[in-house]
Amino acid sequence: MSSQWPLYEVFIRARSGLEHKHVGSVHAVDARMAVEHARDVYTRRQEGISIWVVRSSDIVASDPAEADALFEPARDKIYRHPTFYDIPDEVKNL
Amino acid sequence: MYTQGLDPLEPDRTRAARDGASAGREPSGAELAELEARFQARIDADERIEPKDWMPDAYRRTLIRQISQHAHSEIVGMLPEGNWITRAPTLERKSVLIAKVQDEGGHGMYLYGAAETLGVSRDELVAQLLSGAAKYSSIFNYPTPTWADVGAIGWLVDGAAIMNQTPLCRCSYGPYARAMVRICKEESFHQRQGFDIMLALARGTPEQGRMAQEALERWWWPSLMMFGPSDSDSRHTAQSMRWKIKRFSNDELRQHFIDVTVPQADYLGLSIPDPELRWDPQSGHYRFGPIDWSEFQRVLSGDGPCNRERLEARRRAEEEGLWVREAAAAYARKHQADEGSR
Repeated sequence: MSSQWPLYEVFIRARSGLEHKHVGSVHAVDARMAVEHARDVYTRRQEGISIWVVRSSDIVASDPAEADALFEPARDKIYRHPTFYDIPDEVKNL
Repeated sequence: MYTQGLDPLEPDRTRAARDGASAGREPSGAELAELEARFQARIDADERIEPKDWMPDAYRRTLIRQISQHAHSEIVGMLPEGNWITRAPTLERKSVLIAKVQDEGGHGMYLYGAAETLGVSRDELVAQLLSGAAKYSSIFNYPTPTWADVGAIGWLVDGAAIMNQTPLCRCSYGPYARAMVRICKEESFHQRQGFDIMLALARGTPEQGRMAQEALERWWWPSLMMFGPSDSDSRHTAQSMRWKIKRFSNDELRQHFIDVTVPQADYLGLSIPDPELRWDPQSGHYRFGPIDWSEFQRVLSGDGPCNRERLEARRRAEEEGLWVREAAAAYARKHQADEGSR
């Protein structure tokens, strides 16, 4: 078999109230088969109530080699965190 | 299930080293040394390595070899037990065995998926298995002549696998570690259902007790060999430890397995087929007799009791499933064409 089935990334919602989370990947001819394969491979013990699949080739990812530059702007903005501010003890509810 | 991470003499048959190398020009010697130092520093700091991160080619090759051998072991591992699905003694045992064998298939899928993140294709990995180029755990080349063998596999083989695999949940390569977390959660069921089979036999008729004893005798030594060669003969151990792919040596894990398993055999009233086995109160470990490594090498190199049969079964499955895969692909193509013309 020369034409390998495309790869799909699988995301599963474990319970309502939780986000879908990446769990792995499956090969399938189409999205419907990918959902069925994901069900068999990743939810044999009721690990989920909802499955998303997306073609791996459709995912756009940031480059880890450029992570420093990409995330650098957030690094020196410690004033975004509440602990940056010294509030006198007498002041309550703040 | 687990692979011994062996095949030191085999040329690298994967394309991954080439494909995985970062696109564009090759780094110079000095740049490479710098990249490698930074990589090792991340490992030393217990950071996890993810698929698109820079990694040394040898790290990538080692992981592809280990993860794919592990995946093949899961897939071939379905065969010795699958052999008993139609003959399980009760409907409950049959349901359990089907679920267990299905899990092994699932484990193979998690692991192939993890290996693919390193730049090798699923087709390539399957082709390596079918051509006989890839190795898988030697344990699955032993036959399962009685129902008690199914119990012994769950108890001993999956027991050894848990021992081997638990530390892999903290392996430095993220996708492998995450696959192992899933697998380890499921292996415990495998081991306990195996022990449950042994317990029922051990508490049964004298003939059933004999079956259990004989199965233990068949599987004991091959299970000890699952941990791979002795530390002094294991070429991969030191580097794999440095890369935190491996956390404990083969001999440490084997000793731990023996220490926890002997009392379980005692409980079953079965005797371990090792005349030299004895408790050593000073070290707090069991001492055991020499392992026949020539048998291990023979089975691993293709000359075990069932090597040919196992590969033959995989090749047949691949051939007989071909029309299904082709039909599914044709259906998908037609469906896409229909959508395109709308």
